[in-house]
Amino acid sequence: MNEFRLSDLWIIAPFLAVVLTSMAVLILEGIRRNNATASYATSITGLVTALGLTAATYGSADSGFRDMVSQGAFATYFSGLFIVVGLLTIVVSRGYLRRQRWQHGEYYALILSAVSGMILMASGTDLIVIFLGIELMSLAFYVLAGFFRTKASSNESALKYFLLGAFATGFLLYGVALLYGVTGSTNLAVISSKAGSLGGDPLFLLGVGMIVIALGFKVAAVPFHMWAPDVYEGAPTAVTGFMATAGKAAAFAAFGSVFLKGLAFTGTDVNLLLAILAALSMVVGNITAVVQNNIKRMLAYSSVAHAGYILAGVAAGNADGQTGMMFYVGAYAFMTLGAFTIVGMLEGVDGQGLTYGDYTGLSGRHPAAAFLMAVFMFSLAGIPPLAGFFGKYYVFLAAVEAGMTWLAVIGVLTSLVSVYYYLRLVVEMYFREPATGPDSHPAPGSMAIAALSAYAVVQLGIYPSILLNLINGRI
Amino acid sequence: MIDLNSYLILSASVFVLGVIGVVTRRNAIIVFMSIELMLNSVNLTLVAFSSFLGDATGQILVFFVMTIAAAEAAVGLAIVIALFRNKQTVNIDEINILKW
Repeated sequence: MNEFRLSDLWIIAPFLAVVLTSMAVLILEGIRRNNATASYATSITGLVTALGLTAATYGSADSGFRDMVSQGAFATYFSGLFIVVGLLTIVVSRGYLRRQRWQHGEYYALILSAVSGMILMASGTDLIVIFLGIELMSLAFYVLAGFFRTKASSNESALKYFLLGAFATGFLLYGVALLYGVTGSTNLAVISSKAGSLGGDPLFLLGVGMIVIALGFKVAAVPFHMWAPDVYEGAPTAVTGFMATAGKAAAFAAFGSVFLKGLAFTGTDVNLLLAILAALSMVVGNITAVVQNNIKRMLAYSSVAHAGYILAGVAAGNADGQTGMMFYVGAYAFMTLGAFTIVGMLEGVDGQGLTYGDYTGLSGRHPAAAFLMAVFMFSLAGIPPLAGFFGKYYVFLAAVEAGMTWLAVIGVLTSLVSVYYYLRLVVEMYFREPATGPDSHPAPGSMAIAALSAYAVVQLGIYPSILLNLINGRI
Repeated sequence: MIDLNSYLILSASVFVLGVIGVVTRRNAIIVFMSIELMLNSVNLTLVAFSSFLGDATGQILVFFVMTIAAAEAAVGLAIVIALFRNKQTVNIDEINILKW
């Protein structure tokens, strides 16, 4: 038993930077009301500092606080991803909130609070820390989803998210409690070391199953996806983009911490269970997305489908599965964040401009936005040489290596279905006569972030090794 | 001395009651109370295991769970109030703007 060391603080340095900035923003809001610019600048500064600290800790591997948190390529990669997505979201939100006339500085504090929770989810090696990370993130998300508190759709989104999220928390905790009871510890390494001898213990399996259910809720895997479309549609678009990218990445970080790094279940029934969830998510997500008419809802079902693809990497349970999962999560973050950025830019104050029909002839009215949106749609559909293609390639490869060829086949077939609804938007934008669509607002911030995301999507498609080296700690 | 199994059976029953409440009740506040019931059954499980194993970790986790439950109550009730101001209802069947 090692006592508290000052160096422990270094291990959680990025987390500390983010969480302290979050508190600073809240205090700032308390002192000077309605000064969102100061909160905005403080948040950006804090996140850039945190990114610097993450980069500084890159390459070191250590654990601290009595093996509660660890540092290493896995935690650093995910922390960096959360912070970058947080930064991009904050820049996009600034213009989005101004256009929606709902400029409040607390928004930034909530985003930062969510990011700090995500960092804990990726760096925790103890179920207590992972649980606290999930809650820190989720509580901020519940409030963010209902941030437009005068809009009934935003309220409804928040309530549904809250009730189902809290329900999932109950399952997570019951699972943790059972694992604790059976193994006498909440530390993943200790639980893992005892997993072999307890493999068939019904309480142990029940505990693992409960954790799968809870994390399945968080990543919106079928059959625990019912909340996702409603929440994604009703929440402010900038928040939806953040939840769908960083939130999903964080949930997969927790999946990875528990099922890939912590409890190694390779080749057991748990992997089969995860594979079935993955297959269901691919099929249900893609097929339901086809019949959607609202773009946010289509992207929500698309996110369910992508959760299935990413889950295939976790289900494979091998080293390639982990790499594929991490790559996919990173690639998915950029393409989806970019898509939601464009959607938020074209959205009207009263929530108009969100259907396929509103995108008709967009290439004439707003050529740059239409082009960027087309890049994201092609990438989401998995068309080479964009990032989405390599993401799918790596997870399907891992699934085949793990002997789950059937899963890869389902994945490829459902990807073909997805091409229909992604390209339908491209056809709508480019090959239909421009109707008198809603006015497009000048949004330089959003355009810059969308362009940056598109650049990342193309770059990762042409040189996927950039991200792969980062994942494997080879830089 | 009551044995461990009795505690586990009690807490499992309370947990299942909570789940049934969440699934069957239509009032958002009562659904939320059912969720609290689930969290408290978890606390009972943790304390029972902690006492049985002679290890404090479970009881430490209980404190975290109570804190999180309090935070959830604050956020959840705020959301319910915000919704009630707009829709004058807390019945989840009537909260149905968003659907496919």
